[in-house]
Amino acid sequence: MSGTWMTTRAWLLMLPLLVIMVAVIGWPLVDTVRLSFTDAQLVGTAGNYVGFDNYTKMLTSSNFTRTLSTTTWFAVVSVAAEMVLGVLAALLLNQEFRGRAILRGLMILPWALPTVVNATLWRLIYNPEYGALNAALTQLHLIDDYRSWLGEPGTALAALIVADCWKNFPLVALIALAALQAVPRDITAAALVDGAGPFNRFRFVILPYLAGPLMVALVLRTIEAFKVFDIIWVMTRGGPANSTRSLSILVYQEAFSFQRAGSGASLALIVTLLVTVLAVAYATMVRKTAGSAA
Amino acid sequence: MERKSPVFTAFVYVCAILLAVVILAPLAWLFVMSISPAADLAAKPLRWWPQAADFSRYEQLLSRAENSAGAAFTSSLRNSLEVAGMATLAAVVLAVPAGWAVSRTPSVGWSLSMVIATYMLPPVALSVPLYMGLSWLGLLNNVLGLALIYLTILAPFTTWLMKSGFDSIPREIEAAAMIDGAGLFQTWRIITLPLAAPVVATSALFAVLLAWDEFFYALLFTSDQRAKTLTVAIADLAGGRVSDYGLIATAGVLAALPPVLIGLVMQRALISGLTSGGVKG
Repeated sequence: MSGTWMTTRAWLLMLPLLVIMVAVIGWPLVDTVRLSFTDAQLVGTAGNYVGFDNYTKMLTSSNFTRTLSTTTWFAVVSVAAEMVLGVLAALLLNQEFRGRAILRGLMILPWALPTVVNATLWRLIYNPEYGALNAALTQLHLIDDYRSWLGEPGTALAALIVADCWKNFPLVALIALAALQAVPRDITAAALVDGAGPFNRFRFVILPYLAGPLMVALVLRTIEAFKVFDIIWVMTRGGPANSTRSLSILVYQEAFSFQRAGSGASLALIVTLLVTVLAVAYATMVRKTAGSAA
Repeated sequence: MERKSPVFTAFVYVCAILLAVVILAPLAWLFVMSISPAADLAAKPLRWWPQAADFSRYEQLLSRAENSAGAAFTSSLRNSLEVAGMATLAAVVLAVPAGWAVSRTPSVGWSLSMVIATYMLPPVALSVPLYMGLSWLGLLNNVLGLALIYLTILAPFTTWLMKSGFDSIPREIEAAAMIDGAGLFQTWRIITLPLAAPVVATSALFAVLLAWDEFFYALLFTSDQRAKTLTVAIADLAGGRVSDYGLIATAGVLAALPPVLIGLVMQRALISGLTSGGVKG
């Protein structure tokens, strides 16, 4: 069979997938770009061309800068905590002890739990009147009075981060564990014979094996954390006093609550651009880590 | 092997128990809430274990009496099953030829990379035109419309998994069948697909998990019992004026059961699927 026919046939086989992706993702993306230069409303008026008005308005609004810093804070803290907890859990699961297989099996549970169920569960745990956290802390005499964990700007974001970490660190742990099990035993044994302490063994012997997979996990988790919507929507809807409002929630409010499709579109594209820049920067780092590990 | 000191062994067990408690306590509490009488949940100090287990909420949510909490819940359960089922079936149907094409003809692989890169796009960047488009097609608040959108979330993943699966099937087996006169589709039917069956199953289950979990598009594009999915129904319950927290917990347990069971059964396959990109790359 000739090479051209093979290639033509490959494209024909790809065609259904590509058509769907272009129709349901490609076209809306292009249309979002068009909308972002208009003052279109969600229903009714098609809108007029307004140039870069939406962009300048959005970028200079205090809402945007505040939401950007909230989202960045959420992403950096939750992803960093997930990485550290994930690696620690993986190091533990790589030890030999009774019940290890069961514990490893349990790690899949938070990951499999639907995001909305996780958010609902933690919302109930944080409940200001009947929540388990308040009950546990008062019964242990750690606090005197019940608190509204999600109702106060000071604690709401931290409470969200805890809920997000609980669901996502097990995935990091499972990825790290798979990588740990690929570390050849004789290498760790040799390092031990050479007198390397636990920290040096981790830093120089084990970490190079972990770096590649962890980078991939880091990239995926950061992109997801930057796009975060579900868990915040269910737990706080961005409140109290907008202290937990993420970029995705801001876009939702602009485009759907206030029905301003044009400015919502421009905001959405700004978010997309930020995520893309992040992803490209990371991809370069991943390639470098992979290169230096090999 | 390193000889472990008793202190180290004790430390490992303490950490293991701590980890198990951290993972299990919130989940156990969700279940306990679902079977505790409302009075126990509102008691101060809180009662951590019900005096008598009360499974009536499960009955209540799964009953189909009209205008009850059960009617809303069962219809959302049915919608979730329909949307996830349709989107998964379509995703696998698209993924088999596309995954095979990329596996056997790597020169078209860049198009799959572009398809996968769409994962980076925040859904909000597509939501306004999609809303207008679905409204124009009359597919707002419709399980078919939602399934069409989910298809574009699931298909990149299933195609990628199928491609990796086909990579591990030697071309020579297919070539032998073709020399014997089998056409492309016949070769797939007799040789390739039976060998790839485990990968097809894994990617289908993975797709079901993704569809079951989706919330953002469902929140935007559905408005009543005809199309609302489970995730939206639960968010409604959690954000609404339901005074019985046990009922919310029960809905959570029921919604979590299918994916948790899939997760436990598929553990090995899911983990290798999740990590293959990372460990190899």
